[in-house]
Amino acid sequence: MKLWLEKQRYLIDYTLASLARRKARNLGLLLVYTLLVFMLASVTLYTHALRQEAARVLASSPEVIVQRMVAGRHDLIPPGYMEKIGRIRGVQKMEGRLWGYYYDTVTRANYTFMVPAVSVPANNEIIVGPALERSRGLARNNGVTFRSYSGKLHSFVIAEVLPQASELVSADLVLMSEENFRAFFDYPVGHYTDIALSVANPQEVRNVALKLAAALPDARPILRDEVLRTYASIFDWREGIVLALLSAAILAFGILAWEKASGLSAEEKREIGILKAIGWETGDVIKMKFWEGLLVSLTAFLVGFVAAYVHVFHFAAALFEPVLKGWAVLYPRFQLSPHIDGVQVATLFFFTVVPYAAAVLVPIWKAAITDPDTVMRG
Amino acid sequence: MIKLQGIRKAFNQGRDNEYWALNGIDLHVEANKVTALRGPSGSGKTTLLTIVGCLARPTVGRVSLMGEDISGLPERFLTEIRRRRFGFIFQQFNLIKGLSALDNIILPGYPTGRPRHELLARADELLAGLKLGHRREAKVEWLSGGEQQRVAICRALINDPELLIADEPTANLDSHLAREFMAILRDLAAQGRTILLTSHDPLVVDSAVVHRVVDMRDGKLQGGR
Ligand SMILES: Nc1ncnc2c1ncn2[C@@H]1O[C@H](COP(=O)(O)OP(=O)(O)OP(=O)(O)O)[C@@H](O)[C@H]1O
Ligand SMILES: [Mg+2]
Repeated sequence: MKLWLEKQRYLIDYTLASLARRKARNLGLLLVYTLLVFMLASVTLYTHALRQEAARVLASSPEVIVQRMVAGRHDLIPPGYMEKIGRIRGVQKMEGRLWGYYYDTVTRANYTFMVPAVSVPANNEIIVGPALERSRGLARNNGVTFRSYSGKLHSFVIAEVLPQASELVSADLVLMSEENFRAFFDYPVGHYTDIALSVANPQEVRNVALKLAAALPDARPILRDEVLRTYASIFDWREGIVLALLSAAILAFGILAWEKASGLSAEEKREIGILKAIGWETGDVIKMKFWEGLLVSLTAFLVGFVAAYVHVFHFAAALFEPVLKGWAVLYPRFQLSPHIDGVQVATLFFFTVVPYAAAVLVPIWKAAITDPDTVMRG
Repeated sequence: MIKLQGIRKAFNQGRDNEYWALNGIDLHVEANKVTALRGPSGSGKTTLLTIVGCLARPTVGRVSLMGEDISGLPERFLTEIRRRRFGFIFQQFNLIKGLSALDNIILPGYPTGRPRHELLARADELLAGLKLGHRREAKVEWLSGGEQQRVAICRALINDPELLIADEPTANLDSHLAREFMAILRDLAAQGRTILLTSHDPLVVDSAVVHRVVDMRDGKLQGGR
């Protein structure tokens, strides 16, 4: 046992020494390799986090949203409209919602003004999301003034700042009372932006939508499941584009790795021959080279993955924001909640480390099983 | 110590460039003696050394070590024999570039799992014996030819082998260094080691250090002195 340990130590010592001996080659390889892992990990981490975020947004949204269409455009829900819907079987709750977009000329960003269903702020008080808090440098109990579209100034006191948990949902929110909302946007009394329906049984959702369409021909029901599917396909598509671009890089790396790893230099072949001749076993030689490959690929994987994590979750994936994020117009800037998925890491690991290890081992194995007598001839 | 019986060795057997480098060799390499193989270029000396040293297998014939037939043993056992019982001094020295003299010397000790401090102590002892102690940390590519050869000798001795195998040990040395090598050889022989070497060099084959010279030609033995 002690002997075995000592042997492994020698092998690792030798491996480290031989890595150090070919510094330039190994550093170059490590760099390219790390870059590749970084790119791949960034894409997967980012899209995964976005998807999670979207799922979270939609989890809290109602099963069906009803909008009224006039000339193919989204219009206000007039008074009496909800009564027309009446009672539809399966609908648990029906409520008119009030929300709208406000372009803030000070921060040059869009915010969503909204009257929440529960815990409505008192008059002249608002609850804001982290985006506004950041961009205007606001805190609790500060006053803030917005100029409404009609030109009037409205002042509010910030009662609360929403937590960061899911910024995509809450970043640009400004919550206020119904009275304030109607006054700010000159919203006619009795009108609503849209109607939210809660349906308890998911199987009922389609029926509810059909009945709605029958009762109100000018209504457009939007189903949560459909939205979810649309999001998913958008993300998949975007991820596909980036991966397609990346595949060129992967191919280039593959060629480089193969070239570097499989094309054993004459020097290395000679070294393997010498080691075998002086009494190293074939297994020792392969193990040593295996350690070498593993060390390079593990380092690349770890460094690349950590860098990707930092890139995605601390720098908001600055490198591919334009390609991957569809909401960039609406949401000036938001932070994704850090999330790591085991399967995802394992997949990435499998597709980056294993091919390299194979590319290294095959030629080594070939060289290591040849007769050592070649070293006797210069 | 080592007996060869009816050894024949073919390269590229079965192909149209098949070549028989050894054609029936019977040889007894005696223990505690210095034996030299002599012969023209291409006569098969190196090939014979690789077979004695278990670096290659004969195509036909038997090799026995201390009475035990080893020609049929699997690769793993041959490696083990090479490591424990043989030391090699190659014509090109075959040191590993980028490593220090000391690291090169202890390399054959790694697979034995012997503690590092023991290996280092033994290496220092060997280096001191060959007056090379001051160069122990030097990278081998910076050493002179004679120094490199002495490092190679130390490496061959690190596992205390019974048999030393040297292919053209003086071919890369000037006559002064060759004489020094013969002095080292004499000491090694005096320690009771068995030595098998090849050489064209009269300085080697005519030396009193060599007990027996075997002549080779066209893959066959020719007597000798
Ligand atoms: N791997 C090989 N494939 C084919 N032929 C080989 C191979 N190795 C050696 N030979 C041939 O075997 C013959 C004997 O070679 P060997 O190296 O044993 O000669 P040698 O007596 O050591 O010569 P020298 O004095 O030049 O070193 C030579 O003709 C050589 O060309
Ligand atoms: Mg030769």
